[in-house]
Parts: sequence; C-alpha cells; structure tokens
Amino acid sequence: MNVYPLLIEVLQVLILLSAAPAFVGWVRVLKCWSQGRSSAGVFQPYRDLAKLFSKDVVLAENASWIFRFTPYLVFGAAVLAGGIIPILSTDLPLAATADVIVLVALFAIARFFTALAGMDIGTAFGGMGSSREMTIASLAEPAMLMAIFTMSLASRSTSLSQMAQAVLSGQPVLRPSIAFALLAFVLIALAETGRIPVDNPATHLELTMIHEAMILEYSGRHLALIEWASMMKLFLFAALGIAAFAPWGISTTDAFLPVLAAFIFMTLKLGVAGVVLVLIETGLAKMRLFRLTEFLGSAFLLATLGMLSYFILE
Amino acid sequence: MNLSVAANINSFLAALVLLTAFGMLVQRRMYGLIHLFAWQGLFLSVSTAIVGFVAGKHHLYISSLLTLSLKVVLLPYILHVLIHRLRIQKEVETVVNVPLTMLIGIGLVIFSYHLTAPVRELSTLVTRSTLAVALATVMIGLLMMITRRHAVTQIIGFLAMENGLFFAATSATYGMPLVVELGVALDILIAAFIFGIFFFHIHTTFDSLDVEKMARLKESD
Repeated sequence: MNVYPLLIEVLQVLILLSAAPAFVGWVRVLKCWSQGRSSAGVFQPYRDLAKLFSKDVVLAENASWIFRFTPYLVFGAAVLAGGIIPILSTDLPLAATADVIVLVALFAIARFFTALAGMDIGTAFGGMGSSREMTIASLAEPAMLMAIFTMSLASRSTSLSQMAQAVLSGQPVLRPSIAFALLAFVLIALAETGRIPVDNPATHLELTMIHEAMILEYSGRHLALIEWASMMKLFLFAALGIAAFAPWGISTTDAFLPVLAAFIFMTLKLGVAGVVLVLIETGLAKMRLFRLTEFLGSAFLLATLGMLSYFILE
Repeated sequence: MNLSVAANINSFLAALVLLTAFGMLVQRRMYGLIHLFAWQGLFLSVSTAIVGFVAGKHHLYISSLLTLSLKVVLLPYILHVLIHRLRIQKEVETVVNVPLTMLIGIGLVIFSYHLTAPVRELSTLVTRSTLAVALATVMIGLLMMITRRHAVTQIIGFLAMENGLFFAATSATYGMPLVVELGVALDILIAAFIFGIFFFHIHTTFDSLDVEKMARLKESD
C-alpha cells in the first residue's frame, strides 16, 4: 500500500488546522484596512485561541452531556471535512469514501448539535439563536445541494476529487451553468459561514446575532474549539469553492513538487478569496432577518437556473 | 471566431438575459428595475450582433443598434424621467410574495423548455438552444405583469416580454425582416410615449399608480 496519499491527507489536515486562524486573521486585517482602522495583525486569532485554551471552563448547573460534547463534535466534523476537500491534491484516500453530500451532512451534524447545545442551557438567547440558525439552514442546505448537483452534472460525479479533476482535464469553456452555480455557492457560503448580509461575526448585539447567540454560554477550551471550528469552516468553504470552481494548481499526483506548487497556489487563491469576501462584506449591509428568505431563495433560484441551463443551453 | 465559440458566447448571453428577467421579477426598487431592463437590452443587443456575425445576416447589425439605442438608452431614460417626475421611486408592492414568484418563474422555465424541445430537435441553427430561454423570458415578463400592482412595473414587464419576443425571433429564425423590426421598434417607441401620457393622467386623477385603485368605479364607498 502506498503511504504517500495518507501522508498528504495528514498534511492537508495539519494545514487546515494551522492556516484557518491565519486566513481569518487575513480577512480581519483587510477589513480593518478597508474601514480605515488599524488592525491587530494576521496572527491575532492564534493569540485569541491560546488565551481561550488557558482559561477555565465555566459550566452552567443544568448543562447536560450535549453541551459538553458539542465542541468536540463540531471540531471533529470540521477536521474530517478537511480530509475530504481536495486542498492540495485530488488523490486522497478519504475522498474516495465520502463525496460532497457527506460533506454537507457533516456540516449539518455540526450545526444540529450546536443548535441543541444552544437550547440545552435554557437561556433565551440560546434558543433564539438556534431557532434562527435552523431557519437559515433549512433554506441554505437545499440551495447548497442544488449548486453541487449542477457541478456534478458537468463532471458526472459527486466526488469532489472527481469534480476537480474533470475541470482540470477539460477545456476551459464559458459555461452558464457553472457561472450560475458559482453565484449560488457564493451566496450560500456567506450564509453558512455567517458573514455579513446574513450574520455579523464581529458583534454580540442581542437582536441580530445568530451563531454568536447559540455559543454565548461557552467558555474556556470549549469556546476555543468552537471558535477554531468556525474559522476552519470559513477556510473550508473557501477551499471548497476553489476545488469546485477554480481547481487550477491543485496537484493530481503525490509527487513533492506539484504538492509544493499546489500549496503556493492555495495561499495565493485564499488571499484573493479573502479580498473578495471583504469586498462583498464592505459593499453590503446586514439584512433584516425576514429578508433572508429572499436572499437564500435567490441562491436556490440561481442554483436551479444553473441546473436548467445545463440542460437547455449545453 | 469559430462557430462553437460564438454559440458558446451566445448561450452565455442567453443565460444572462434569463438572469436579468428573474432579477426584474424579484427587484423591489423602481430604479433597480430600470437598470436591470437596460442590462437585458444590452445583452440582447450583443447577442443579436453575434448571431448576425455568425449567420452572415447584416441586417441584424442594424436591429442590434436599434435595440441598443432604444432599449438601453432611450426607454430607460424616459422611464427614469417619468419616475423622477411622478416621485414614485419607493419600493414596489407585489401581489404574491417574492420566493413564491421565483418558484413560479422556475416552473415557467421548465415549461418553456418542454414546449420548445421538439423545435430544438428539428432546427439546425446555432442559436436553437436559446429558444427556450427566449420563451421563458416572454413568460416571466407576463408573470411580472400579473404579480405587480404598479402601472410602471407592469409596463416594464410588457417591455421585457417584447425583449423576449425579439430574442425568440433572433434565435428561431435569425431575426425577422428588417421592415418588420423597424415597425416593431417604432411601435415600442410610440407605446412608451403613450404610456408616459397615460401615467400622468392616472397620477393626476388617482394620486397613485397603483392599479388596485382602478378596480373601483366610485371614488368612495
């Protein structure tokens, strides 16, 4: 048995764990810069995590096992997702066993348990956050699957590695279906990672928070794990978008040099992804909660139009 | 530029036309609506020019220019002035809520795909696949006229329908004869002026362009 694919798998997970805070830091630096503030630097998220890990955990008296178990599950789901998405190479042992539907399900499990944990303590904010999160999820997940099915129509596979390879080996053509799917994916990624038109990651304002409301009662290493997992989620969605829509540079073999090149390409592309994210966030205002159905409805519409235009126009 | 590349660009433009049609269906602001209409005209005009180039039909260049001047510049300008004069730039009210309208729109796209599937089998033109999109644009324009209450929005829906018809003519038969197209363009222009005059009259009589208010014959009940 060849060990190299396994080695790359491990390397990929390590990159995910170590680079996700830096990516979030990069986004924050860009955001500060765009708003004319001075930033805390790219490495501030690491310091935040270190601080949280060194603090004690404060548990509510009526917290059940769900509340204690959730941070580890959320963290584990994010790490596992890092083994499925081709970040460096398409030759991954785990990618053969799990396709993109499994990936969506992994995110869904993490979200389900976060919502349970939000309600577990019994505070008003937790329940409110859970309710909002599930409202968004019920609209975002069909749209996400629809966008992915559009992509898999073009590559005839739901495996992410296969999808990336199909784009890499095919001719670069202008395909309306993929353009629609990309637009839909960007909208969904904004909703799933809780970025600005949907949720504001930088605020604890009572009336608007969604994700922050669910994890309000967490502290210490539990909070650190959840924060880290949400950083990884942002990183993973950027990596997923790159793998599905712009996989150029991702290695198809296990040789050292292509993997190194893939790493450099990944860094560059993530840098660009950060710029795009900040441009979107600076250009838009946060939406009213009741407008979100329209936002996610248009994501679903775009994904469906992508699928239809595959049949009509291609 | 070879044939397959041109067909590729044309189908991409068709996708953009469909996207702007849906954009108009869900847009709430008046000015946004007009901008989307202008964009749709632009995509239509470029697509017509490309079809003209591929098919070697030079009169399509003229109709492309006509579309550009009429639907991208003149009509949006007239509507813009109207909205500014009548002070109606506030949000558009819809009869059906937006997500449901979108779902109906998707249904219409599927319906028109099924309707044009036999034509697509028979046709040999490069643009045959865009016929379904053209028909869908017509139907979405009609849906917009049904779901909106405001007279100006209904007119934009009507104009979007005309865009769809024009697109259908280009994609099904490489365009109508030039005389017909000139006549249609003139009709649209005259219609726009008549609409403008009507809007002023409706506005002075009813103090609003909401067509719901015209359902009653008496002023008060």
